[in-house]
Amino acid sequence: MKTKKDWPLWEVFIRSKQGLNHKHVGSLRASDSVMALDNARDVYTRRSEGISIWVVPSNLISASHPNDEESLFDPAHSKVYRHPTFYDVPDGISHM
Amino acid sequence: MTKKEALYNFVLRLGDDSLVLGQRLSELCGHGPILEEDIALTNISLDLIGQATLLLEYAGTLIPENKSNDELAFLRLEKEYVNVLLVEQPNGHFGDTIMRQFLFDAFRKPLFEALQFSTDEKLASIAEKALKETKYHLKHSSEWVIRLGDGTEESRTKIQVSLNTLYRYAHELFFTDESDEFLRQEGIISELSVIKEQWDKTTKEVFNRATISLPENNWKFEGGRVGRHSEHMGFLLADLQYMQRTYPNMEW
Repeated sequence: MKTKKDWPLWEVFIRSKQGLNHKHVGSLRASDSVMALDNARDVYTRRSEGISIWVVPSNLISASHPNDEESLFDPAHSKVYRHPTFYDVPDGISHM
Repeated sequence: MTKKEALYNFVLRLGDDSLVLGQRLSELCGHGPILEEDIALTNISLDLIGQATLLLEYAGTLIPENKSNDELAFLRLEKEYVNVLLVEQPNGHFGDTIMRQFLFDAFRKPLFEALQFSTDEKLASIAEKALKETKYHLKHSSEWVIRLGDGTEESRTKIQVSLNTLYRYAHELFFTDESDEFLRQEGIISELSVIKEQWDKTTKEVFNRATISLPENNWKFEGGRVGRHSEHMGFLLADLQYMQRTYPNMEW
């Protein structure tokens, strides 16, 4: 039987400052998106962690399966040429 | 009456409202209905105690004895506290807590909006800081009144009873005496009727959306502003004052 006892789970993403990406910080429970945003504000930004919040219902996230790890990610290990490390970086260019 | 005396009365009332409601909400720390709401209510409690710290600190400078905010917060007698009766009412169930908060927030938001333009700079700066917090408090409590009212039959019945019970204490928020009149004439505070209008508007809108209605009777309880408190106040102060009474001058 489906009970109404638990509210849906939401994933919370916070942008810590302008120009940075939203980063996943955790999850919480709320009955809808308005409440989820309010709760996220109270639970995850009380120490000035952010300037913007996204909330996403957890059940809308499609995730890769841990069993597929080998076939998905291992093949990339032997392909160092995919990293652009063979270039000379000109003087004066920082943050590369 | 001097300006300082009038200002002391006014600031002390604001400070005591914040202090006592902050103390009430702090009782819920670790006891909220869900983790997220527990943190929300405790955040609000801390905001209110922060406001009390600033307000009572200012109040202390306005009297000849020059008292610290700790002295004012922890070492007065019950009849010397001048908070409204509303804020000392027990937490009850979650609907009671939320309704008490909503009636209070709907008053404090327009009050701080007006006070941020006070000609008294200290008061204006405290109001400006407190307003940001209060806007969020009001948003939070309004959302919950609407959710509970426009929720299930049980939640609607309960929040309606909370309103019936607490509405009797609401009108004391608009208490004024010669101190207020003095400050108004000096241009330090604005006309209270403007704040009352906004309070009426906010509460009406939210109760409409929550599909609950004002109680038919028009009972009004008051006394807190002149130091006559309800039976709950003594217990609250026993908790609040315990450390300073037991270990005088104790510091963290």
